Amino acid sequence: MRVASRLADGLELFSYNLGLALRNIRRNPVLSGLMVAAIGIGIGACMSMVTVNYRFAADPIPHKSDVLHYIRLDSWSPDQSWQGGDRPPPQLTYVDATALLEEKRAFRQAAMSGASLAVESDRRDEKPFFVDVRATTADFFALFDVPFRYGGGWSDEADAAAEQVVVLGTDVNDRIFGGRDSVGETLTLSGRVYRVVGVLDEWQPSIRFYDMASGGGPGSEIEDMFVPWSLIVAAEVPRRGNTNCWKPLEGDGLRALLASECIWIQFWAEFRDTAEREDYTSFLDAYVNGQKELGRFPRPLNNHATPLMDLQREIGSVPTEAQVLLGLSVIFLAVCLLNTLGLLLAKFLGKANEIGIRRALGASRRTLFQQYLVEAGVIGAAGGVLGLGLTWLGLKGIDGQFEDDLGAFLQMDWKMALVAVVLAVVASLITSIYPTWRACNVQPAAHLKAN
Amino acid sequence: MLRMHDISKTFRAELVETHALRDFSLDIDEGEFVAVTGPSGSGKTTFLNVAGLLESFDTGLYRLDGVDVSELKDRELSRLRNEKIGFIFQNFNLIPDLNVFDNVDVPLRYRGFSASERRSRIEAALQRVGLAGRPKHLPSQLSGGQQQRVGIARALAGEPRFLLADEPTGNLDSQMAEGVLDLLQEINKAGTTIIIVTHDPTLAAHARRQVHLKDGVILNGAETAP
Repeated sequence: MRVASRLADGLELFSYNLGLALRNIRRNPVLSGLMVAAIGIGIGACMSMVTVNYRFAADPIPHKSDVLHYIRLDSWSPDQSWQGGDRPPPQLTYVDATALLEEKRAFRQAAMSGASLAVESDRRDEKPFFVDVRATTADFFALFDVPFRYGGGWSDEADAAAEQVVVLGTDVNDRIFGGRDSVGETLTLSGRVYRVVGVLDEWQPSIRFYDMASGGGPGSEIEDMFVPWSLIVAAEVPRRGNTNCWKPLEGDGLRALLASECIWIQFWAEFRDTAEREDYTSFLDAYVNGQKELGRFPRPLNNHATPLMDLQREIGSVPTEAQVLLGLSVIFLAVCLLNTLGLLLAKFLGKANEIGIRRALGASRRTLFQQYLVEAGVIGAAGGVLGLGLTWLGLKGIDGQFEDDLGAFLQMDWKMALVAVVLAVVASLITSIYPTWRACNVQPAAHLKAN
Repeated sequence: MLRMHDISKTFRAELVETHALRDFSLDIDEGEFVAVTGPSGSGKTTFLNVAGLLESFDTGLYRLDGVDVSELKDRELSRLRNEKIGFIFQNFNLIPDLNVFDNVDVPLRYRGFSASERRSRIEAALQRVGLAGRPKHLPSQLSGGQQQRVGIARALAGEPRFLLADEPTGNLDSQMAEGVLDLLQEINKAGTTIIIVTHDPTLAAHARRQVHLKDGVILNGAETAP
């Protein structure tokens, strides 16, 4: 009962203070508006950059990112490590990727590479157009929980037989088949006829996370089509993406590349638990040791099965520019808050007479402190709401600076909106501590007589 | 009720020390109507501030309604001030943004009364000072005399043990001053102790006891009236 009574008293006083705060804000709209604007602009600038950094660093597949692992083997040069660091190179050779695929030691696994194909229409009046393609193995779709609108992926058997099948993205299915269920239909890609086995549903992860090691960074979108990995060889599907070699190819053409120490393949594995991961790491070590006996892998053992988010942190999914701008925006927010502090000081000290009266009538310093904190909190909340709007504008402005449409990527979610308002309120409360303390320590006697 | 014994208060500036109260001893009993008089700089205002718990003192003992105030913290002093003391100021000191009702409500809010209790006390206090029909008026819409009545209603609403009045008629014309004085006398007759600080001998003459100060020392009137 006592707790309930104290809670009721507290709520009553809060409501009284809230009423006074709103009255004070209305009474001095210019000064209050300046404070709200200062906080809003500071929050807008800061939250725009926080959102950019947050989105870059966000988990693109939160429900299973902890079981997805990126596989790397250190097949690099005996003379120097990959880029002089202690990490293995970011991609695999064809020889190693093929060996890992054949061993099938992971619960799910997928090798992949970017590719490009030309879509050719039967109609003479329509020109061929190029599409981005991902050549990958059958597990890809289950590995990354890819949603399908029609049909599904292909089977391991289709992979093995290098069947000319294709999974279409939503946009390209709209463009070629008018959005209808095109499963079973055929289309000509770079002179070969492919059968559609599936059409993706809306799937737009924040970044092309499965391709982070080869250019799938911020603003990257998923490919238009997906074809079986084996077609890279069987149909000589043209690759796209990074290829790095530490020694010259022995010969020309695709066959030379396939036999080379050049790295160009991304490899992902899914482990259901830690034991599976440890088993797989042991398998990788055993595999590399076996290859060492054949004269390959001249460097010390350095194999990695890296969880997705660790890889994201390691590669640095947040661009340096975004980090620098975040630092600058925090400084800008501090400057805005400093201005707010000055304005609050002027406002609260201008209330010295009222403070004197309230003290004489029984208000303790603590009571008045609470009253003015509520006022500062209301100003902060208003600044936060303004800041939300300015953040939205800021993100639109940033989006406009890039050729690619980052609109979906740079969207503010409800968590960031909440952070913006809470940050504004907390910042304004902290800012108001000194002005409020000064105001509550005025000598009431001096102001009661002097009025 | 109010017991001050050897109170001293000195204001220190960089080069100057001003002894506002020196070995100041004064007893005031319940129900008294006391006028504290003296020329400017005699220590009247300092006495009022110390008595009203708005200012601390350097040495001495001050017991208010049996409570030794020297060791109390700000929160306890504020509570004591809220419960025991009502202030009436020369310049009324109403909060200009608040209407009459809300001005009288201020000390009651700090007391923690319920909404219904506050309402009935405010209405009774405004009735008592003759302003029952003007609860929604802002101070700027009232005459000086009416503003002082609001100030008195605010002081009375919490039913304090005594009223401290600082030149309560100083800003009023004679007719309004007479009205306010009559009201104070009526309040005193009802049992509330009143202490008026003034340099106006005419106003002081209405009190049943006069305490005369000079240079922070009581010249006469320190003893309780028989």
